[in-house]
Amino acid sequence: MTAVTPYRSGLRTGRDGFAQLLRAEWTKIRTVRGWTAGLALVALLIVGLGVLFAAGSHSSCSKGPIEVPCPAPLTGPGGVPVQDRFYFAHQPLAGDGSVTVRVSSMTGQIRKPDVTPGVRNVVPGVTPWAKAGVMIKQSVRQGTAYAALMVTGSHGVHMQYNFTEDLAGRPGGVSAASPRWLRLTRTGDTITGEESADGSHWTTVGTVRPPGLAGKVEIGLFAASPGDLTVTPNVMGGAAVASRFAEVTAVMDQVGVRGVAAGGTWGRDDIGVTMEADGVTPHHPGGLVQSGGTFKVTGVGDIAPSAEGMPVERVLTGVLTGLVAMTAVAVLFVTAEYRRGLIRTTLLASPRRGRVLAAKAVVIAAAAFAAGLVGAAVTVPVGQSILAANGNVLAPVAPLTSLRVIVGTAALLAVAAVFALAVGALFRRSAMAVIAVVVTIIVPYVLAVASILPEEVSRWLLRVTPAAGFAVQQSMPTYAQVTARYAPAEGYFPLPPWAGFAVLCAYAALALALAAHRLRRSDV
Amino acid sequence: MEATIEVTGLRKRFGQTQALDGMTFTVLPGRVTGFVGPNGAGKSTTMRVVLGLDAPDEGRALVGGHPYPSLRNPLSHVGALLDAAALQPSRTGRNHLLWLAHSQGLGARRVDEVIEQVGLTPAARRRAGGYSLGMRQRLGIAVALLGDPPVLMLDEPFNGLDPEGIVWIRGFLRSLAAEGRAVLVSSHLMSELQDTAGHLVVVGRGRVVADTSVADLITTASRDRVTLRTTARAEAMSVLAGADATVTVTERDTLVVSGLAAEHIVRLLGAQGVPFSEVAAHRATLEEAYLDLTRDAVEFRGAAR
Repeated sequence: MTAVTPYRSGLRTGRDGFAQLLRAEWTKIRTVRGWTAGLALVALLIVGLGVLFAAGSHSSCSKGPIEVPCPAPLTGPGGVPVQDRFYFAHQPLAGDGSVTVRVSSMTGQIRKPDVTPGVRNVVPGVTPWAKAGVMIKQSVRQGTAYAALMVTGSHGVHMQYNFTEDLAGRPGGVSAASPRWLRLTRTGDTITGEESADGSHWTTVGTVRPPGLAGKVEIGLFAASPGDLTVTPNVMGGAAVASRFAEVTAVMDQVGVRGVAAGGTWGRDDIGVTMEADGVTPHHPGGLVQSGGTFKVTGVGDIAPSAEGMPVERVLTGVLTGLVAMTAVAVLFVTAEYRRGLIRTTLLASPRRGRVLAAKAVVIAAAAFAAGLVGAAVTVPVGQSILAANGNVLAPVAPLTSLRVIVGTAALLAVAAVFALAVGALFRRSAMAVIAVVVTIIVPYVLAVASILPEEVSRWLLRVTPAAGFAVQQSMPTYAQVTARYAPAEGYFPLPPWAGFAVLCAYAALALALAAHRLRRSDV
Repeated sequence: MEATIEVTGLRKRFGQTQALDGMTFTVLPGRVTGFVGPNGAGKSTTMRVVLGLDAPDEGRALVGGHPYPSLRNPLSHVGALLDAAALQPSRTGRNHLLWLAHSQGLGARRVDEVIEQVGLTPAARRRAGGYSLGMRQRLGIAVALLGDPPVLMLDEPFNGLDPEGIVWIRGFLRSLAAEGRAVLVSSHLMSELQDTAGHLVVVGRGRVVADTSVADLITTASRDRVTLRTTARAEAMSVLAGADATVTVTERDTLVVSGLAAEHIVRLLGAQGVPFSEVAAHRATLEEAYLDLTRDAVEFRGAAR
C-alpha cells in the first residue's frame, strides 16, 4: 500500500464550550420565523388582552341618585388600603402617659340571614375578631397611626398597630369571673402593651414604635366589630360570601389614665360612621355609656387592612393565553428536531447530550423571560392608567411588589417554558407534550380560580400542581388577624408568591432531569 | 488526530433483528472507501454507532483513535451526512449551516465558504423546505465539510442526485480523498461507486463479507472464467456441461464458462465440431463481483428466483 499523508485542516478550530452551544441554540430559535413570531405573540397577547380588559372595565359610585367618581380607598400610614371604623372615647395626650382598664365582659349581636323574609334576625354573639380595649391614636381622623391593646372575640389578647401589624398575647376570653387588665404606656415614641389577670402581675405583650405616632395624640378606650362573614358553598361549586352586621359591647372599669390634663373630659367619636340617606342619622352607631367608673363601649366596624380596589395583577389577564403560545414554541423547539430527524445533527455537533438539553433550556427560558418581561412591563403601567381613567379604584401597591409581579410574570413564563421544553423532550411528540403542559399548568389554574371546585380542592390544586407558580403574581398580602375570605377565586393563593413559584421550578427541574435521562440513555 | 475509522466487533440487536453481527473494518486516509451491501445489511446502523448516536451491544468504534462522544469540536474531526432530509423546513440553508457553525465556534465566513464549495450559493438564503433532493444532498455535504474534517462519512449521498450531480459528487469525493482524507461512502448500488471508490467494504447481514481493493475484487470475480462467442449456443452448452463446466448465458451469442481452462474449451469444441468466433478470459464488472459476494447475504430474496 502506498503511504498517504493524512489531511491536516488549515481551519482554525473554534472554542468548544457551553457558550458556543448557547449561541447555536439561539441561532436555531431565531432563524425559524414561526418561533420568533410565537415569542412576539406571547408579548402581544399579554399586552393586548390586558389593555382590552382595562378598556372594558368601568366603574362609578353613586351618591344618592347622583353618579360620582369612586373615592380613593382610605390608606394607612404605610400607604396600604385600610378600614378604620370604631368607637373611641379619648383624651388628648401631649407627652408620656398611659391608660389602664379592666375588661370584664364582651357581648354583642350578630345579624343572621332572615328566617322570616323582611324580619331582621339578630342573635347574641361576638365575632372572632371583635375587639375592645385601649388605644393611642395620632388623631380621630381615619387612617392615622395608632397602637392598640385589645381583647378579641375568640383570639385572646392582641396588640396591633398601624393596621397591618399584629402581636399575639395570651389566649382566652373575658368574663366577670376572669377579667383581663390591659395597659398601654407611651414613653417617648415607644408604646408598650401589657396585660394582667389581676392588675398587679403584668406581662408585656409588645413594645413598638409605630411610624407616624408622635407629638400630641389621643389616648382612650375603643371597641370595634367586623361583620360576620359567612361562606356558603354552592351546589354547583363556588361559594356565596356574605358579611353581616355585628356589634360588640365591652364593659371596662378600673380605668386609669396618666399624663392627661387633670379633670379632663372624655371626647367621644364614632370614627368612620356612615350616615343614613338623610345625611344626619348615623347608620349602626357605636356608643359609650358611663356609670360611675364603669364604661360600656359599643363599636361596629374594624381597624384593619382592607382589600379594596383592583389589584395590580388583574391587568395581566393575558398571561394565561400567552402561556399557551409560549408552551407551543417551547415544545416545538425540541419536538420539531425529533420530527425532522434534526436531533441527530444536533447531537453530532454536540455529543454531550445533557449539555444540549441544558443549552436549549437556558435559551428558551431567556426568550420566554424577555417576552414575558416586555409584555408585563408594558401592560401593568398602561393597563393601570386605563383602569384609573375609567374610574376604577386601584389597590395601592408598593413599587417593589409591582416589580415582583412584573418580573415574577416573566419568570413564570420562563420556568413554564423550560417545563414545556422538558416535557417535549420526554414525549418527543408535539401534540402530546402541549396537551400535557396545558393539563398540568393551565387547567388546574383555571379550575382553581374559576369558582368551580370546592375551595379546599382549589387550594390543594394550587399547592401541588405546577399551577402553584401563578402565586408569584399575587400582590395582595393576607393577614391572619383579618376576617376575610382568602380564596383562590378572590385571587389569593395558598402558598406565598415565591414558594408557589418554587413548586413550578421543582416540576421543571424534575421534568428536565427525566428528559436528560431519556436523552442520555437512548439511541436517537 | 489520525484520519481513520476503526470498527471492531460491533454487535447490535433491535428486537428480533441482529442488525450488526461482528462488524469489523478500518477506513484509511487517502482513498474513498465504498461501504456497500444490500438494504438492511447494517450500513446505516454502523455509521450511527461510529457517530455515537446508537450504542452498540458489543464492540467499539473509534474515529482517529477516539470514541466520537469524547471529541471536542467533533465536526472538525468527522464530517457526516446521514439524512439529507433532516432539516427544519422554514429555516434557510445558510441558517442551518450557521447554527452548526456557531456550535463549533465557527463564524459566518466559513458557512459561506462551504456553500460556495458545494455550489449552493444561489439557494442558500431560501427556505430549506423548498429544496430539491439534490440541493438537500449538497447542503448535507456542506454540513459535513463545515469543520474541514480529515474524516468524512456519507450515507447514500447519491440518492436523489441527477446524473450531473452524480458526476459532480464522484469527482468531489475523489478530490477530498486525494487531499489525504478518509472518506467512507455507503451505497446499496455498486454501480454508483464505480470509478469513485478505490477500496470496498462489502457487508451483508451485519458483518463484513469482503474488505478489498476494487482491482482485487474484480480479479477474484474474473478468475477461471472464460467468455465464449458462438452462433451454436445450444450445442456448445451441451458439450461444455458434459465436461462439468458451469455455463451462463450473458448475451444471445455469448456464454460465460467457469470450471474449464480456455485451451480445454477450444479442444472440446473443436473435437465436437461446434463453431465459435472468440474465446477470451472473462473480465467481470464490479456489479457482477458484488452480486457474487452478496448472493448469500441478501436478506429478502424474491421467492421466484
